[in-house]
Amino acid sequence: MRHLLSVEDLDRETIERICDRAASFAEVADREIKKVPALRGRTVLNLFYEASTRTRSSFELAAKRMSADVVNFAASGSSVEKGESLKDTVLTLAAHKPDAIVIRTPWAGAAAMVAGWTNAAIVNAGDGKHEHPTQALLDVHTLRSRMGSLDDLDIWIVGDVLHSRVARSNIQAFQKMGAHVTVAGPPTLIPRGIETMGCTVRHTLDGLGSADVVYALRMQHERMSQSWVPSLREYAAEYQVNGRRLGPRQILMHPGPVNRGVELSGEVVDSPQAVILNQVEAGVVVRMAVLYEVLAGARAEEPAPEPSLA
Amino acid sequence: MSELIVTPAGKPVDLLVRQAHVLDPRAVLDGPADVLVRGGTIAEIGAPGSLAAPGGAETVEGAGRHLVPAFVDPHVHLRTPGQEHKEDLETGTRAAAAGGFCLVVGMPNTDPVVDSAPVLQSLRETALRDARIPVAFMAAITRGLDGTELTEMAELRRHGAVGFTDDGRPVTSAGMLRLALQYQRLCGGVLALHEEDPTLSRDGAMHEGEVSALLGVAGIPSVSESTMIARDAALAGYEDGRVHMQHLSCVASVEAVAAAKAAGVRVTCEASPHHLCLTHEDVRGLDSRMKMNPPLRTERDRQALIDGLRSGVIDCIATDHAPHARDEKEVPFEQAPMGTTGLETAFAAVHTELVLPGVLPLGLVVERMTSGAGLLDLPTPKIEVGAPANLTLVDLAAEWEVGENGYESRSANCCFAGRTLTGKVGLTVAAGAVAFRMRSLEVVRETSSVGHHS
Repeated sequence: MRHLLSVEDLDRETIERICDRAASFAEVADREIKKVPALRGRTVLNLFYEASTRTRSSFELAAKRMSADVVNFAASGSSVEKGESLKDTVLTLAAHKPDAIVIRTPWAGAAAMVAGWTNAAIVNAGDGKHEHPTQALLDVHTLRSRMGSLDDLDIWIVGDVLHSRVARSNIQAFQKMGAHVTVAGPPTLIPRGIETMGCTVRHTLDGLGSADVVYALRMQHERMSQSWVPSLREYAAEYQVNGRRLGPRQILMHPGPVNRGVELSGEVVDSPQAVILNQVEAGVVVRMAVLYEVLAGARAEEPAPEPSLA
Repeated sequence: MSELIVTPAGKPVDLLVRQAHVLDPRAVLDGPADVLVRGGTIAEIGAPGSLAAPGGAETVEGAGRHLVPAFVDPHVHLRTPGQEHKEDLETGTRAAAAGGFCLVVGMPNTDPVVDSAPVLQSLRETALRDARIPVAFMAAITRGLDGTELTEMAELRRHGAVGFTDDGRPVTSAGMLRLALQYQRLCGGVLALHEEDPTLSRDGAMHEGEVSALLGVAGIPSVSESTMIARDAALAGYEDGRVHMQHLSCVASVEAVAAAKAAGVRVTCEASPHHLCLTHEDVRGLDSRMKMNPPLRTERDRQALIDGLRSGVIDCIATDHAPHARDEKEVPFEQAPMGTTGLETAFAAVHTELVLPGVLPLGLVVERMTSGAGLLDLPTPKIEVGAPANLTLVDLAAEWEVGENGYESRSANCCFAGRTLTGKVGLTVAAGAVAFRMRSLEVVRETSSVGHHS
């Protein structure tokens, strides 16, 4: 695999290979010296156009545990604020010859564009509301670790699907792994046509009891000002996953950061059913596996194409 | 009143096109013929092989080619004044000539906006100097296109505004459009309307549907357009105004125009080659050249546009030629400006996608690519003796790949880039002068005693 741009590009076999490798990296975290030499001498550039603490530090930690050199480039306080275009920024940074660029932007398709401008392996760490493939992979890894397999699992993704790249990547990843996916949320926040991705669409949480896994999405405060929902209070009344709605055998997931009291009640966040911290933990090992995959895995078999600078 | 069309000085041509298949539905011509142009006017139409070129005339071998009336585009963006890095009057009209057009109508969303007589006057003077083919200009309906104050429409009309439009934006306020429709009784001139409800389009960047749902790109619902068409058709009916709906993109819009026409409203409309040939499936790769407003919609919408064109609900094809500089378009899809170039590919695209598969007859396409003139009360190009020569010679068998570069236009943001199209313009005569000639077009013989090269 040369780049990781989207879950849409992945097949089940690739997802399983990455998760299996992540599992093999898991023991590194338990060592006293948490480092393997797999990517020694390689340079990983984190290029983040959006504020992100978790994803960026997770990638940074992953790269460092593989002994890669890491450079962080945040768009704020940089040439980007002086009006430099994405392409010029990427070409400038590419002149330092990074082996991989981990990129997050607020724009759909940006990671794929960047892949056409440089020889580096590109890992999409979120492109607008389009995809967040490493989140989906770490969520699959978390579920496999817990359940063994996703085959025939009934997974509900609850909340603001319209603005969620996590939802788009996870609908596809969960389905590719054999699960059945239902999305549920306010009609204003479920995109028209989403059912063509193969998921079931619900506008209430009636029937949530049948789910094996409940995956709550973050409800962003700024959505209130644009009247997507009338109030957080009403949202919570209709869609909050709480002790009353969550059954004892259901697993609860969330991509973080959690708004306690909005999409999740405090008691379910702290319950043993919540695997939210396991997801964070899985984040590092899955990103190690992804970096290994694009830098040391199958890549040697394919010659790198000429960069397109047109 | 100023002439509505600015016709740049050109050398009146003496030309014999020999044995081409001459096709002009309005003139009921559809077969091989010789066409002789003298002094820029069609002098004679005769049986194939029957006409001889007089001294000084050049002869072009038309066998295997079609000679049609040159096309008219009522909707192009020539970007002058103020955005000459995208296009100027020379490059824009050179692109038009290369696409077989003899007349294009420039939109007023320039910088400054064409919303006052001095700006229009200066633009027309520039066109007289720089344009390669005749051009007409629309002026804005509202000052600065901001939707709040009418322009001095009567004065603009006296200075040659062929019509009025806030194209690029809707006239959002129904009350403001009503005032413009009332004022139209004084000044005349079609009101050309970009129909879109901004509260429905919001920050949309593509058609709202299953592709936008998958890509996570904010959608522009088709009702954003169709509800405004219905509203404005009702207003036009109430004021008995004359309106032209620009760039229809969806089923419901075609239905709204059909209903308005049936009710007697004086409404016409257009569709673009890209909406007739492409759908939102072509946006999957998030190539910013596929980003335009209105957006590419579904196959069902595309079929409705084709049916509308066939039935006559849609009166003409207009390119909405919208050049943008490479660095403006070479950004992520959501950041890119809306628009595709279209003049150089319009005929070839429609011919390839709709005529060759047998969806639409060639004659109908030629008719709809010239009928934009009549909608603006401008003379329609016609192949008849005594008419000014507005002629396009096309090779319907020539295949060519639409490139990343190599356009006459200053910009290269063409949604058909990378496609192989069939049908190529070899020669364009506009207002009696040769405006475009393919380099490889062979001239059978120069019968001139004084050798000249144009």
